[in-house]
Amino acid sequence: MVETEKTRFTTSSLRAYIMIAVLAGIWLYFHWATNSIFLTPRNLSNLATQMSVTGILAVGMLMLIVSGNIDLSVGSVLGFAGGIAAYSMSIHGYGLPAAIVFAVSVGILIGTFQGALTAYLNIPAFIVTLGGLLAWRGAVKWLLGGNTVPVADETFKAIGQRNIPVEAGWILAALGIAFALFTAYRRARSEAAYGDGKVNYVLLLLNVAIPIVGIVAFIWVMNGYQGVPIPVLIFVSVALIGVFLTTSTVFGRYLYAIGGNPDAARLSGINNKRNILKVYALLGAFTGIAALIFTARVGSAAPDAGTLKELDAIAACVIGGASLMGGRGTVFGACIGALIMASLDNGMSLLKKARSSSLQSGSI
Amino acid sequence: MPLLEMRNIVKEFPGVRALDGVSFTLENGEFHALVGENGAGKSTLMKVLSGVYPEGSFDGEIFVDNVPQSFRNVRDSEAAGVAIIYQELSLVKELTVGENIFLGREPSRFGVIDSAKLYHRSATLLRELHLDIDPRTTVGSLGIGRQQLVEIAKALSQDAKILVLDEPTAALTESEVETLFDILTKLKARGVGLIYISHKLDEVFRMSDRITVLRDGKTIGTHLAKDLTRDEVIAEMVGRDVGDIFPKPEHELGIPALEIKNLTVFSVDRPDKRIVDDVSFSVRRGEVLGIAGLMGSGRTELMTAIFGAWQGKYSRIIIIDGKERTISSPLDAIDSGIAFVTEDRKRYGLILEQTIADNMTLAGLKPISGRFLTDRSREMAAVREPMRSLNIKAGTPMVITGTLSGGNQQKVVLGKWLLTKPKVLFLDEPTRGIDVGAKQEIYAEIDKLAAEGLAIVLVSSELPEVLGLSDRVLVLYRGRIAAEFTRENATAEKVMTAATGGN
Repeated sequence: MVETEKTRFTTSSLRAYIMIAVLAGIWLYFHWATNSIFLTPRNLSNLATQMSVTGILAVGMLMLIVSGNIDLSVGSVLGFAGGIAAYSMSIHGYGLPAAIVFAVSVGILIGTFQGALTAYLNIPAFIVTLGGLLAWRGAVKWLLGGNTVPVADETFKAIGQRNIPVEAGWILAALGIAFALFTAYRRARSEAAYGDGKVNYVLLLLNVAIPIVGIVAFIWVMNGYQGVPIPVLIFVSVALIGVFLTTSTVFGRYLYAIGGNPDAARLSGINNKRNILKVYALLGAFTGIAALIFTARVGSAAPDAGTLKELDAIAACVIGGASLMGGRGTVFGACIGALIMASLDNGMSLLKKARSSSLQSGSI
Repeated sequence: MPLLEMRNIVKEFPGVRALDGVSFTLENGEFHALVGENGAGKSTLMKVLSGVYPEGSFDGEIFVDNVPQSFRNVRDSEAAGVAIIYQELSLVKELTVGENIFLGREPSRFGVIDSAKLYHRSATLLRELHLDIDPRTTVGSLGIGRQQLVEIAKALSQDAKILVLDEPTAALTESEVETLFDILTKLKARGVGLIYISHKLDEVFRMSDRITVLRDGKTIGTHLAKDLTRDEVIAEMVGRDVGDIFPKPEHELGIPALEIKNLTVFSVDRPDKRIVDDVSFSVRRGEVLGIAGLMGSGRTELMTAIFGAWQGKYSRIIIIDGKERTISSPLDAIDSGIAFVTEDRKRYGLILEQTIADNMTLAGLKPISGRFLTDRSREMAAVREPMRSLNIKAGTPMVITGTLSGGNQQKVVLGKWLLTKPKVLFLDEPTRGIDVGAKQEIYAEIDKLAAEGLAIVLVSSELPEVLGLSDRVLVLYRGRIAAEFTRENATAEKVMTAATGGN
């Protein structure tokens, strides 16, 4: 036998390690090039806030890409949903809860509509969502009449601009640690009940230790500068939902199967169409959430809000190892992809500032 | 003087000796079959011959026309007259036949392709081969069989003296196989040496001058085909005397598990055309019902429609264990206890980039793992038993399915369906393209499942398989049941006669 046996464990973890190494390299370089500004709590907090909108879109996009589809319209839908939220509050005087419901519902409705066209009418996703890209951009321009609509509501702006208190951050950290321990316990129990008796304690320990170290480090850094920003909190929640859906649910498994081989999936009793519809709706919901953060951060809805965001989201997925052919990719990878892109963006602008200020001081 | 001589070829991979002193000769105008189980070293030997494994990566010598050769790459071997036609065709479907034949060697002047010359030379070439193919048609519009012939024409346009064919008939219909053999016979007459790799021993015996058997990277023997029997070849391939490779079934037949009444299936493209026309039959518990019929007789469509997976229109009454069931999707069928091991495992059966465990649990995921949440450990536990009983050769259930041999892949598909705990098992071409050892294991498994009381419907293009395994045989001809035979009175001649429309 000359076949080389590849297991999923070896290939996927290798990819994850490489991505993390690339990210570490980028961070260290910028830290060095910006005279130790990059890796400060303040900048990392900024960085996390900057990536949250793209990150949320990337989580939904990843699940859609895994199922073998694509959505080019998320940037426009983001603009439209944000426009609806701002319009309902500033022009019609609705309150914050209504605005949130409107934005998320608009996302879900559009997602379901485009998903139905793709899944049930067999129109290629590329065509449907390219149409969406143009149509929803047109809709937001029509809605806002080409103007920027500001939002005065301070609670709304908090979604994009405020941080949670330091104490709340530590409480979240404690909850996170408890959850990590609980999942590890559940896994160990299931392993003991159904496994082949060979429990790998080192792996089990790493499975507990790495998340806990990650959680503590993250909260510690964020608390080092004003506490965890609310957009980052929302992004992390969405990412956790995405990780949970893709790794631990029947729905998630079916997405990989549908993307990997639609015929085999269908013949194995999977309802491809309904699952694809669901994932479009889910991305729609995430787009609505991202729209709220985006609008709240800027403090207003603009006709061109969210332009090109679809490309950021898709690029994050691909950088994170997803295959545009479907069947391959992880939410974790997509998040790292979004973080890599945000890091480059953030680092470059820091460099530009440093360069121009040094030019100024040189000319003086 | 041999046309080709390969002497003492040794090729090692980390941890395995894939070829262990293999010697092989080929004469001018000889049809030399190379047989062996998957993993025996056939493909490795051909990769050494074609320069895929360059000089230096293996030990041993290669002579073409008594001249020692050192191939550094595929170009070198092509220059020496070696051409290989792989199972997966390497033609560009969007280009025309002529463009494909001269791909990379287009007759041109100052970079401008001389189309007239290209098509003229292609036409001449095709005519020499007595192929009735217009060089201006696009390759994609031809059937697989004709594409294969185009590939052969392409090889010959490069003055190939040694032509290697790797499982060339796997995807061909019977008439296409005949055309292929006609052409191979003509090439023999022109002095071309043919190396033919195949699992289909009928073809091997029909066409070969000599047969070389490989096993575990060693040459077990080279014989004149006329001195050898089929059983002797199988014995050499598997290294043991297999006797009859089919089990001797004595099944206890129970109550009818599945009854089908008035099954009619319409074509997807032409909704008024009946592919299966008012067919009724039943299968009892513990019975293997074979369905024979030529390509296009409606065998696969019959199963697909019962399973609720046919994309066109269909109508039928399904009774399972005495109760009428409505089945309008594969999920309904699975819930009713029907499992369907589909044909073409790579296309319809497996997600090649996923693991054995992922593939095997897919059809029965909810009962195995959980209604909404999945549980890996439970899946692993569920998969372990069928992996052992089916003898799937892989270290762990986390091995990627695409890296397995065909036989093991087929067992994964079978395991997937057994995990749905079916009452009725449909098998469509369950041993296509897998080696004799794996075939025998699958036959034994089918027999065992029937003995355990499963009702089995078996469709296969290999007549010996249908005759060897079935308790009863239905013959389909143009979508209707043309004949029915019991195990005792079914013979190859009778079945073939009914399948071709005779009586």
